[in-house]
Amino acid sequence: MAVPLRVTNRPPARIRRQLPHSPWLFAAPGLLVTGAFVLYPFVSTLVNSFTDRRTLLPGRFVGLANFRELLHDDMFWTGLRNSTLYVLGVVPALVVLPLLLALLVQKNIPGITFFRSAFYTPVVASIVVVGLIWVWLLDERGLVNSLLQAIGIGRVGFLSDQWLLLLSAMAVTVWKGLGYYMIIYLAALADVPRELHEAAAVDGAGPLRRFLTVTVPAVRSTMVLVAALSSVAAFKVFSEVYLMAGPDGGPAGEDTTLVMLVQRTGTGLTGRVGYASALSVVVFLVTVALMLLVLRTDRREEP
Amino acid sequence: MSVLEKVRPERTVTVRREPRLTDQHGRRVRVGELVWRYLLLLAVLALTVGPFLWQLSTSLKGPTEDIYSSPPSFLPAHPTLHNYARVADTIPVWDYALNSLKVATANVVTNCVGSALAGYALARLRFRGRRVTTLVFVLAMLVPVEGIVIAQFTTMRELGLNNTLIGVVLPGAIGAMNVLLMRNAFRSLPYEIEEAAYVDGATVWQRFLRIALPSVKGTVAVVAIFAFMGAWDDFLWPLIVLSDPSKFTLTIGLNYLHGTFANDERLVAAGTVIAVAPLIALFACLQRYFFRGVGEGAVKG
Repeated sequence: MAVPLRVTNRPPARIRRQLPHSPWLFAAPGLLVTGAFVLYPFVSTLVNSFTDRRTLLPGRFVGLANFRELLHDDMFWTGLRNSTLYVLGVVPALVVLPLLLALLVQKNIPGITFFRSAFYTPVVASIVVVGLIWVWLLDERGLVNSLLQAIGIGRVGFLSDQWLLLLSAMAVTVWKGLGYYMIIYLAALADVPRELHEAAAVDGAGPLRRFLTVTVPAVRSTMVLVAALSSVAAFKVFSEVYLMAGPDGGPAGEDTTLVMLVQRTGTGLTGRVGYASALSVVVFLVTVALMLLVLRTDRREEP
Repeated sequence: MSVLEKVRPERTVTVRREPRLTDQHGRRVRVGELVWRYLLLLAVLALTVGPFLWQLSTSLKGPTEDIYSSPPSFLPAHPTLHNYARVADTIPVWDYALNSLKVATANVVTNCVGSALAGYALARLRFRGRRVTTLVFVLAMLVPVEGIVIAQFTTMRELGLNNTLIGVVLPGAIGAMNVLLMRNAFRSLPYEIEEAAYVDGATVWQRFLRIALPSVKGTVAVVAIFAFMGAWDDFLWPLIVLSDPSKFTLTIGLNYLHGTFANDERLVAAGTVIAVAPLIALFACLQRYFFRGVGEGAVKG
């Protein structure tokens, strides 16, 4: 283009002066919805966590009683344990596997667009569909067990054992997330200078060595982003475990996660809104802490 | 570029026999590498798409066919659509689909309109409190939905909107993330085009509708797609706000179907196929925008 485009955040003086309609009219719908359904609930979650409010009762201030009760609630510790295990199990897989997948689909060979789209299908499918598909696949008589039996391993109770169920749910989360993070990595890989690989190859570095010395350092900040996103999401896991373990969280509630506990405690006509809010506050705090932790790790390793 | 690729210029002499397949840099890809690359691709394909096909296959198997056989049979012996009719007899699956469609459509409209308006104000208009307003949306984006659902539920009760489809739509009606996406899109437009319209006497609404909005169509499309998908797929919030089975959306209805008729996998399979088919179709048509959207808005978790 002949005229250089000026991209600035500052409207020219003439436009700035003339404002026939209040800019607030433009922002109003967004502000209203955000205020009423995000910020107000956020503040009221904080306030409610110090009350004994129930669904049908207004509740009164009880100080830190809810939080003290949390410390003695076995279910809370179970939920915290499972949500934490979820992060530890899911995040490493979601940082590494999508990167390998991105390397696999990166090269423009015939039909690659089809493969990329196909690998993205689990991301598109709703979590309920995904959950039900895997419940069926991992059923005592399902496909996975049929195959295991056919090769002589025998049937495995993926959905009846407390730990296997949690592991299966993690596998489903990873399976559903692969495509999403693959695309993020693809964008990052596109920026890795090809010369670096060639130089390393000339120096005699094999594929594995080039992966570790060229690719990984080049996409390291993306790996941190993926770790941050996936750890926050993993800690708040609800649907996968709810669908696979059932509303009560599997045998004796042993597979309950924190958000499942929030949902179970706070809803219904007898819901303990105050107590569920205290649980929610814990979810907030851990989420923020996870974010800070991951981002700090990134800064410290920066040369 | 890829670790899987080997650069061996000294061997180009022997390449004569091989088909002239080239990568994006115009370099030849060696056949041996290509073969195992495709093998890996097919393996991952089986892993990612296989479960959906197995579900489709189950949904087409008739009542006399053994769906638990070992070794499993992948193709239905006598394919039938009978299970789809039975799902509709068991739960009002088409009503649920219609509810989901209503919610998703409303979500698309409110998100596109609301976030375009707010994004335009934040990017292009000067007013006192603009920075505070931006901050409000940034903070809202950081609030995890899972932490506020109970308070959202009590808010809905106070408004008398719990157990309504409007109540399902409202909390996500104008996503803060979408407002910020639109703001960034509007910010990157040069001011000159609007200035010309201003000189011609166009009002701020005319400039917004006629000039700015058409220039950011791509971002609007991304917002629309993610709003539709998000609403169609949402599970936790509808589960909390809806209690009357006649108002269920498809995801909640499926969970209900699974709980009630878990014994007949054919029915559940047919239900899931009904729920996932529209999304896969939508995705197949718009995959370009999907990938761009994920690339652009990588922060959307």
